[in-house]
Amino acid sequence: MTAYLLTLLIAVPLAGALLVLLLPGRDEQGAPLIRQIGFGISLVVFALTLVLWWGFDGASADFQFVERAAWIPAFGIEYHLGVDGISLWLVVLTGFLTPISLLSSWESVEKKTKEFTFFILALEAFMIGVFVALDLFLFYVFWDAMLIPMYFLIGVWGYERRIYAAVKFILYTMAGSVLMLVAILGLAFLHQQATGAYSFDYARLLALEISPGWQYWGFLAFALAFAIKVPLFPFHTWLPDAHVEAPTAGSVILAGVLLKMGTYGFIRFAFPLFPEAAVYFAPFIAALAVIGIIYGALVAMVQPDMKKLVAYSSVSHLGFVVLGICALNANGMQGAVYQMVAHGVSTGGLFLLVGMLSDRRHTRLIAEYGGLKGVMPQLTAAFLIITLASIGLPSLNGFIGEFLVLLGAFIWDWKFAAFAATGVILSAVYMLWMVQRVFYGDVTNEHNRALPDLTPREWVVIGPVLAMAIVMGVFPNIFLAPAAPAVDRVVQRVEQAQSVNVQRRPPSDASEPAVLVQSHSAPRTPHSAIRMAR
Amino acid sequence: MSDSSFAAIVPMVCVTLAALAALVAESFRAKGEQMPIGGLGVIGLGFALVACVLLWGRNASSFEMIEADNFGLFVTATLCIVGLLTIAFSGQVIRRDGLPAGEYYTLLLFSITGMIMMAVASDLLMIFLALEILSIAVYVLTGLRRDSPAASEGAFKYFLLGAFSSAFFLYGIALTYTLTGSTRLDRIGIWMAAEGMNVTPMMLVALGMLLVGFAFKISAVPFHMWTPDAYEGAPTVVTGFMSTGVKAAAFAAFVRVFLSAFEPLRADWTPVLWGIAMVTMVVGTVVGVAQSNLKRMLAYSSIAHGGYLLIGLVAANEVGKASILFYLLVYALTNLGAFGIIALLSTRDRPHDELRDFAGLWYSRPALAGLMTVFLLSLGGIPPTAGFVGKWYVFTAAVRAGHYDLAIVGLLTSVISVFFYLRVVVMMYMAEPSEAQARPAIGAIPLAALVISTVAIFYLGILPTRVLNLAAASVATIF
Repeated sequence: MTAYLLTLLIAVPLAGALLVLLLPGRDEQGAPLIRQIGFGISLVVFALTLVLWWGFDGASADFQFVERAAWIPAFGIEYHLGVDGISLWLVVLTGFLTPISLLSSWESVEKKTKEFTFFILALEAFMIGVFVALDLFLFYVFWDAMLIPMYFLIGVWGYERRIYAAVKFILYTMAGSVLMLVAILGLAFLHQQATGAYSFDYARLLALEISPGWQYWGFLAFALAFAIKVPLFPFHTWLPDAHVEAPTAGSVILAGVLLKMGTYGFIRFAFPLFPEAAVYFAPFIAALAVIGIIYGALVAMVQPDMKKLVAYSSVSHLGFVVLGICALNANGMQGAVYQMVAHGVSTGGLFLLVGMLSDRRHTRLIAEYGGLKGVMPQLTAAFLIITLASIGLPSLNGFIGEFLVLLGAFIWDWKFAAFAATGVILSAVYMLWMVQRVFYGDVTNEHNRALPDLTPREWVVIGPVLAMAIVMGVFPNIFLAPAAPAVDRVVQRVEQAQSVNVQRRPPSDASEPAVLVQSHSAPRTPHSAIRMAR
Repeated sequence: MSDSSFAAIVPMVCVTLAALAALVAESFRAKGEQMPIGGLGVIGLGFALVACVLLWGRNASSFEMIEADNFGLFVTATLCIVGLLTIAFSGQVIRRDGLPAGEYYTLLLFSITGMIMMAVASDLLMIFLALEILSIAVYVLTGLRRDSPAASEGAFKYFLLGAFSSAFFLYGIALTYTLTGSTRLDRIGIWMAAEGMNVTPMMLVALGMLLVGFAFKISAVPFHMWTPDAYEGAPTVVTGFMSTGVKAAAFAAFVRVFLSAFEPLRADWTPVLWGIAMVTMVVGTVVGVAQSNLKRMLAYSSIAHGGYLLIGLVAANEVGKASILFYLLVYALTNLGAFGIIALLSTRDRPHDELRDFAGLWYSRPALAGLMTVFLLSLGGIPPTAGFVGKWYVFTAAVRAGHYDLAIVGLLTSVISVFFYLRVVVMMYMAEPSEAQARPAIGAIPLAALVISTVAIFYLGILPTRVLNLAAASVATIF
């Protein structure tokens, strides 16, 4: 079974989606059955991702569960799947969030349940495909195909301005990925020039000698696609619209998984494929990330709409991830990988809770609420835990990632770390301020007096997220250890390019790489750092 | 070289016989009698397809003017598929609109004959003859609805401009003959290769004339003016047919003439075609965005797709030639499907071709909306549909030839085009149905044709290897 595990992870949700589509019954007739089948399939997929985790050898940096078959041989295109420590947790996260988001829409999605379930399951298949594809053509296919279900989820089941948001989402992302496709074609062509055969294979393209000039353009083409997806500061404008207008399930998947594709792309493709360009551009990207951290936090602070606030907080939090990647050392990148998963859990949780509030009152404006603590203590407690996780309270999931990222950034260049650290403070300001206005004080709005507290179904939705936030905070090594070897390998690769660059530079500049080499020679630094922090 | 002097014309003969049978059948038809004339066309096209399979790889040649090489046969097969799908959509439309069935099928089959001839002709005069056979039939088909002023206007425009471009083409042939003393492509090629070092203005004028003739037929900018009007005015089934069939045939001849006879002048025509491809893609998409009529929108989109096909010609490498063949097939399946749905949803008094007509289609006809979505996504080039593989193939050719600029512009325009394809999707899924408008029922045959096209689109999008290899093999043996 394990031989085809990754194919199963893609095929099961896809087959499930087709099954749901072919089931009889439109709208209300047959809807409960369709919901249950869809939920059941997503649970099976989650179980499969756990099998993947169980069988994963955390000590190895190599790709595991590799599957390989010729697909379009004339162009060296292969069906090549594999998972390593970087993608492992993203796959598990996808499997974890999909059933939760299906369950969260149990009552709020009333129309077209069948199609809704179809699109969520198709989306899950494509998302997993993005994370496990090791052939750049295959990766691009999943990367683009995934836009369509998300487009429908926002456009059909979203809020008032859903059409605008859906079209903006798809055009932004597609425009970004176009140049990446050209760069992918160019890489395959370079491979053909060097060896005589086309290849889109990740490992083979890594082995390619790419001239610096080509690297710069290739890196920029890839980086643009990923920067839009993350989204990095000046490319973020699609995100608030898409998040706010999407239905709860869409927001959860969007924030939880889709944004991670951008940062994943940086770690997996942009940096290792073009290491010299990566070293050259890292400070610029880091600067954008730091701007995003502070800008996102400041804008979040003044949002009257809870969903928009959480959306802008994502811009800020993902800035940390990108900063960690750009630090180009083991600490920073470890933190980035960890923070990707942690943000998926905590922001997913926030969107779920905001969705529960807006299901009850059909508004997301902070001003409409106040004093909910007395009315719905259970929801308040859950919201508070997730909030604390999101702002990085130690022993919850947000802390480790941000700490490691800041550590890595400090080792690299303390100025980035100093500015980014203000984002930590600001995130506490806007999140706690929102909690205060929504949950504390007196009940200011009479409509809110009789709101029901969490239902058992909602507990099933939010419970696992809370548990995950705590587990990730208390036992970070479960998550850090399997990723460490793969992360070290990426860092090593980029560092080699860095040392090449250093040799080209005047010798007076040699102090900085010395620190980096030190951090690389002690690959266990992240763990010791955590021990130190406790 | 050839194994039988008549073998190469067998596909053409099959279709011609079917056309004649349709003509005869119509004359024996009593007034008001229903006759399955379309079935005759299906038989003829079916035999033509079988003939293509049998002739495959044999390089049959007839009269030193017709070369049924694999390249021509691939296009012939594509044209037969276009014809079969068109006939599948036609029956219902003819009954509904009261079109003259006999004339309709006869003209349709004659124009397919011309198209096939164009794909396999290896002599400039034969190409011209084929061009006229197909054009005249299509002019008449465009204006078949005599009660509609738009149809007459479109047909008249198409006819006038078409005649004009034919004159250009003929003049180009004459000049070429003056220079080389031959109208045969291989002889012209030999002459050009010998004289290609010192290019005279005369050669360039001949080249330019031929270029204009072809550019008109594939509706490349700036020779595209007739396209939107003709496409909008023609019966929608015919629009689907001419947007795919005429384009495929014209491209086949275009590739054959420019990559065999005029290959030695490549340095001279590459920059021109590069420019035409650029403006064709840009104008086709940008103007397409502004359309609110679906037929006009698809007309501009077909102009843009012509631009993508031109990329393959500009690249002029093995990949480029093969990519044109693959793209033509994909485009035919996709575009015919989209036009087919519009045609089938129209009623006698009201064409179903405005954007708002599609409002809420998903609520009343979920299956049709789903099929239409697949066609539109494939036109937009989104994986895992065939449109993506087609575009990827064309852009691979461009990158291979070092034309990164064409690839980038092509991809950017295809993102813009996604915007207008998605407008239809938005209408179908996200807009409430405007009024309780009666949408006609769809028969089993057209529905089956739509489903088959969709399956083919996914097949070519997910497992394209077999057909890609066929396309590559088609160009490997010639040129």
